[in-house]
Amino acid sequence: MRLDALETRGLRSPVQRFLKLILRDKAGLFGVVLFAFVILVALLAPTLAPHDPLQQNLRASRQPPAWHEEGSWDHPLGTDNLGRDMLSRIMYGTRVSLTVGFVGVVIASTLGLVLGLLAGYTGGRTDSIIMGITNLFLAVPYLLLVVVVASVLGRSLLNVILIFGFTNAPLFVRITRGEVLRIRQSGYVESAVSLGATRTRILIDHILPNLIGPLLTVATFEMSGMIFYEAGLGFLGLSVPPSIPSWGNMLAAGRQYIQFSPWIATFPGLAIVVTSLSMNLLGDWLRDLLDPKIRRSAS
Amino acid sequence: MQRYLFSRLLQSLLLMVGVLILVFFLVRLTGDPARLMMPRDASPEELEAFREAMGFNEPLHRQFFSYMGGAAVGDFGRSLHYRAPAMRLVLERLPATLELALAAMAFALVFAIPLGIFGGSRPGGVWDTICRGVGLIGQTVPNFWLALMLIVYFSVQLRWFPTFGRDGLRSLVLPAIALGFFPLGKFTRLVRSAVLEVRSEDYIRTAYSKGLLDRRVYSHHIFRNVAVTLVSIVAVQFGYMLGGSIYIESIFAWPGIGRMINEAVQARDFPLVQAIAVFSACFVVVLNLLSDIAYALIDPRIRYEA
Repeated sequence: MRLDALETRGLRSPVQRFLKLILRDKAGLFGVVLFAFVILVALLAPTLAPHDPLQQNLRASRQPPAWHEEGSWDHPLGTDNLGRDMLSRIMYGTRVSLTVGFVGVVIASTLGLVLGLLAGYTGGRTDSIIMGITNLFLAVPYLLLVVVVASVLGRSLLNVILIFGFTNAPLFVRITRGEVLRIRQSGYVESAVSLGATRTRILIDHILPNLIGPLLTVATFEMSGMIFYEAGLGFLGLSVPPSIPSWGNMLAAGRQYIQFSPWIATFPGLAIVVTSLSMNLLGDWLRDLLDPKIRRSAS
Repeated sequence: MQRYLFSRLLQSLLLMVGVLILVFFLVRLTGDPARLMMPRDASPEELEAFREAMGFNEPLHRQFFSYMGGAAVGDFGRSLHYRAPAMRLVLERLPATLELALAAMAFALVFAIPLGIFGGSRPGGVWDTICRGVGLIGQTVPNFWLALMLIVYFSVQLRWFPTFGRDGLRSLVLPAIALGFFPLGKFTRLVRSAVLEVRSEDYIRTAYSKGLLDRRVYSHHIFRNVAVTLVSIVAVQFGYMLGGSIYIESIFAWPGIGRMINEAVQARDFPLVQAIAVFSACFVVVLNLLSDIAYALIDPRIRYEA
């Protein structure tokens, strides 16, 4: 640690210091690399996938992975109950998971930011109404809420994204409002007010910049959570239609063959674990990086 | 203390009324609840007869008041599938779910408390590394997948535990581990950071400088503070388990509320879904109320602030 500090002192350029900051946390770096890998797989799925993820081949159904005696390298991770290539389906599934997670989080955080700012900044009755509804949503067991709404609305990608976007917004409302209240009471906002800064000025100069850090961190964890929940919904048969290759749909199919063909359920689950691990490490790293107190002590 | 109790009680009641309203509108989200609950190929006449029977033809405010009136006396209509009062069905399934949730909670606490204390006592040591590993794995492994993997290894290959059903202690082990895994990670993280935080407090230094032994410092100061932290999170985790039980009970064919909601959703039995949703949400509200009261009893600071 002390050696670290000595080394950093010699580095003058901000770029060098930033690199140092990234490299300092090995677990965080691993998370960043892993996440980049997951995104690459999603983007390049059509090029990387060895087979068409929808191509059925009943003669080659439930083929074990390549390292099994009966497996072949034509299907490295084996095939599912309809003879579709597992590896290709998992690669395409990355697209569904990341789309749901990313768009869902963008909707939830935007909604949460606007409503949280409104509640924290105007106070009074607006605050009570927004927070009343927020607390109501937060009181209901989350998975239950999602399952009920998903079963009412029916299976489609758009529905799933909207469900996560809306049901996750209350969390962002609460965090935004809490931060706004905290920042408003801080010394620098008080001094800005005493210098005659307008409310809009304070909002733009002081409150918004300070919100980015906490919200970005929460967004990372929540995106990982949405990927979890999307797979869970798929597992229950409530997410995207069965024709779309998604990890949840794959798990649901694999569950029926768990006794004799366990790989069908194993690999999509591993994909979820890898993605979730990368995002959790990334989130921890972001939290440290964006917290000025920890950052200063590091560099 | 009384004022605090009263205001929390009032809040909880308001929340429950809010939950009732929320569920009422959720089921009507698509505008036509009859189409939602009837089979896809139902004829217009059948749909109309169903609307009439369920009261969906009444104006919305009438439906709302009769729904709220029923709810006040615990009447949520009859299950379409079982043809029995919905709330009674839910209550019949409650013991199985409670048994599973308590077993999962016990599993999580039994491992998390010692792990967290060992880890937090020597930051950077072997136990600390294990602690952080458990915390991370608990967060990144989905319980429905873990359940399937447990079945593959411990039921199918080793034949130690049954693959499904509720039949004695042996059948409880795998579902409890699968459901308790996420709380295990959460608790481990929490106990570890609580111990870390308490250790640097002035009163701990005072205790040590008085010449107290490690054992006494731990039993008198550190454990108590860890307990306060745990009380506040255990209730929240019970709420999480009600959700998680949807997967776990379905996978292990455990005859509880979680499996029932999955079946009700698949069968589009919305009066039953409604009853389960209201019951679970109110259950969580009551749990949170109890944990707040316990919290106030343990930690005097809360009482005075209120």
